[in-house]
Amino acid sequence: MSEPPHRRRAHARGSDLERYAGLFAARTRVMRSSAMRDLMAVTARPEVISLAGGLPDTSTFPPQTFAAQMTRIARESAAEALQYGPTEGFRETVDCIVEVMGAEGMLPDPEDVIVTTGGQQAIDLLCKTLIDPGDAVICEAPTYPGAIPVFCSYQADTIQVECDDEGMRIEELEAVLDALDGEGRRPKFVYSVPTFQNPAGVTMSLERRLRLVELARAREMLVVEDNPYGLLRFGGEPLPPLYQLDGGDFVLYIGTFSKILSPGIRLGWMVAPPPVMDKVVLGKQASDLCTSTLTQYFVREYFAAGRWREYVENVAGIYRSRRDAMLDALGRHFPAAATWTEPRGGLFVWATLPPYIDTSDLLAKALREDVAFVPGQAAYVDARGRASMRLNFSAGGEEEIREGIRRIGKVIAEQVELYGALTGERAAVPDPRPAEDAPNVVPFKKAEGE
Amino acid sequence: MKVAVLKGGRSLERGVSLRSAARVEDALGRLGHEPLPLEAEGDLVKRLASERPDVAFVAMHGIGGEDGTVQELLEILDVPFTGPSVAACVRCIDKSLSKHELRAAGVPTPDWFAFNETAFRELGAADALVGLERRLGFPLVVKPSRGGSALGVKFAETRDDVPAALISAFSYDSRVLLERYVSGRELAVSVLGEEPLPVVEAIPLSGHGYDFEARYEIGRTSFVCPAELTEAEEGAVRETALAAYETLGCSGFSRVDLILGEDGPRVLEVNAIPGLTDTSLLPQAAEASGISFEQLVERILDLALAPAGA
Repeated sequence: MSEPPHRRRAHARGSDLERYAGLFAARTRVMRSSAMRDLMAVTARPEVISLAGGLPDTSTFPPQTFAAQMTRIARESAAEALQYGPTEGFRETVDCIVEVMGAEGMLPDPEDVIVTTGGQQAIDLLCKTLIDPGDAVICEAPTYPGAIPVFCSYQADTIQVECDDEGMRIEELEAVLDALDGEGRRPKFVYSVPTFQNPAGVTMSLERRLRLVELARAREMLVVEDNPYGLLRFGGEPLPPLYQLDGGDFVLYIGTFSKILSPGIRLGWMVAPPPVMDKVVLGKQASDLCTSTLTQYFVREYFAAGRWREYVENVAGIYRSRRDAMLDALGRHFPAAATWTEPRGGLFVWATLPPYIDTSDLLAKALREDVAFVPGQAAYVDARGRASMRLNFSAGGEEEIREGIRRIGKVIAEQVELYGALTGERAAVPDPRPAEDAPNVVPFKKAEGE
Repeated sequence: MKVAVLKGGRSLERGVSLRSAARVEDALGRLGHEPLPLEAEGDLVKRLASERPDVAFVAMHGIGGEDGTVQELLEILDVPFTGPSVAACVRCIDKSLSKHELRAAGVPTPDWFAFNETAFRELGAADALVGLERRLGFPLVVKPSRGGSALGVKFAETRDDVPAALISAFSYDSRVLLERYVSGRELAVSVLGEEPLPVVEAIPLSGHGYDFEARYEIGRTSFVCPAELTEAEEGAVRETALAAYETLGCSGFSRVDLILGEDGPRVLEVNAIPGLTDTSLLPQAAEASGISFEQLVERILDLALAPAGA
């Protein structure tokens, strides 16, 4: 036999699932598979241009810096770096975190910070700490696709509030809160990515930030601000984070080194007031005892060199050019009836097609052209978002982005034309625009005066 | 015995194929065979020619693996393979073709019309939609003609839903079916050799039964095997399934999906190579008749190696 016996046994454990089916917890029934798992298996083919991932471009990190820092850790602190660490994280890591948050105008008390295994663990720990089955959680529509499986696995009742180009609609949020209030319910928290949102690429306006914080205080409601992208700004003036506006009483904050340094080091953090933090620490102890000591040492070394902001600015510049390439290509290749967001930072553009196109099905067609994106439904718990798609511009080069958008545009044009033939409507196929034309950028959804 | 396990491919059911294949490879190992995992890619023919397996286990689904393509190659290379012949695969993968064959043979299948994309793009077929909607009634089911899974299958509740449903279906194939919706119980009968296995009933936990995710995810659909049927119902269902299997020329194994409505069973489609994953129906049906997964794999191999016509 070609495989050693232990390998085969591992295999058997995974595959003979039905033997264990009776043992699964009730919560596994509501764990959604990432919507398009089988379709996504096809996107892994090397010839596919994937605009589907959310990967920062780690090839921009200088290997010699990486090598020098790891060598230093090995020489000077091997035993410590290979040891367990405190559950809350090292004080030195927290100092780096305070520095990063300071760059966006925040001044957290180091005592309120816990180092987590990526921002994703922070979301998980918060749910673990706050959610009983059936509890209401409110988030944006669309929301971060990676948050949905977390909310589902804790059996939260997830309610999504529409976004427009100024972020979450606070009026609608208030209506949802009133409705819950009428049922005698109180949401456990409002989850928001207010800056350069994943997946929509939109940023919450200052006015709405102020109202959201005001609302949190008035209703004594927790708001979870997830801010992985705030420092990846392509221009303009930064808006104050919710945490800064609130001062940390009702706004809990989640941050990460993933987009400003590396997702592979799995280092994120959460800032929460002491009563919440006590429970979160207990939860983390149960989950993984502590976050990787080795990568915390790496971050400490990296920050000591004092050039982290330079790197972030460099990366932001690269992403800005890629965003420009994507917006330009969208203007050239997407039909007039499509709209898309124009992000001022972050990693994603959110495009919305005519309502008769289901982007999950479109993905099947796109994959035949060797290009992939994330269908919009991945960002919703309900049936919304079917005509939208998330497009990533951080992972690939500009030529790849242009070619990817061209291919997607081609399959959309075929759908639009076919719809015309089916309904007798004149097909609105995009005219190839001359290069000097400004891209036809239509905003996501115009915010109405509130 | 050296058994090539063909898997992967470019089909949208690649993920299912990889899971089926992993399970088959594992069972082959436990049976004392020598599994040879082979991804269906550029060097497939070269590898088959150099490795000279005794038999090929085709664990592929959808276009490329279930439509006769790899089967044709295996015939040329003179490698015996599991599951239906080239001709049966060709008939099964195309629902429009298989429904014609079934109807001609008197096997009940819901009324339908099939269209090519060209008919709409160039021949103004949209003008025929109204008449055909009247004949099929609402709701109606719109599905791509080829493809084994429920990808691209949509319900149109009203006429307004039809264009979008067609657009979705045409994303998967250039030919689509509009089919009369038959309400009833969703059943699947796997046939092994010439023997129908116990009937599986799929009970969707919410909404319409057609949901690609629900098919492969534990907990979204509950499966009952053997289905609770009267003796008469069970007889009719198994007989209809076997008739469909034989009409399309299947051999080895296949799975027949039916709806049991007021007017008795109606065949929706025949899957030439049904999934063999943890949540797939054929292994469940086999287990219900006392056949373990290893025994199932061994039996499928025996059928592949049996002399033709036996």
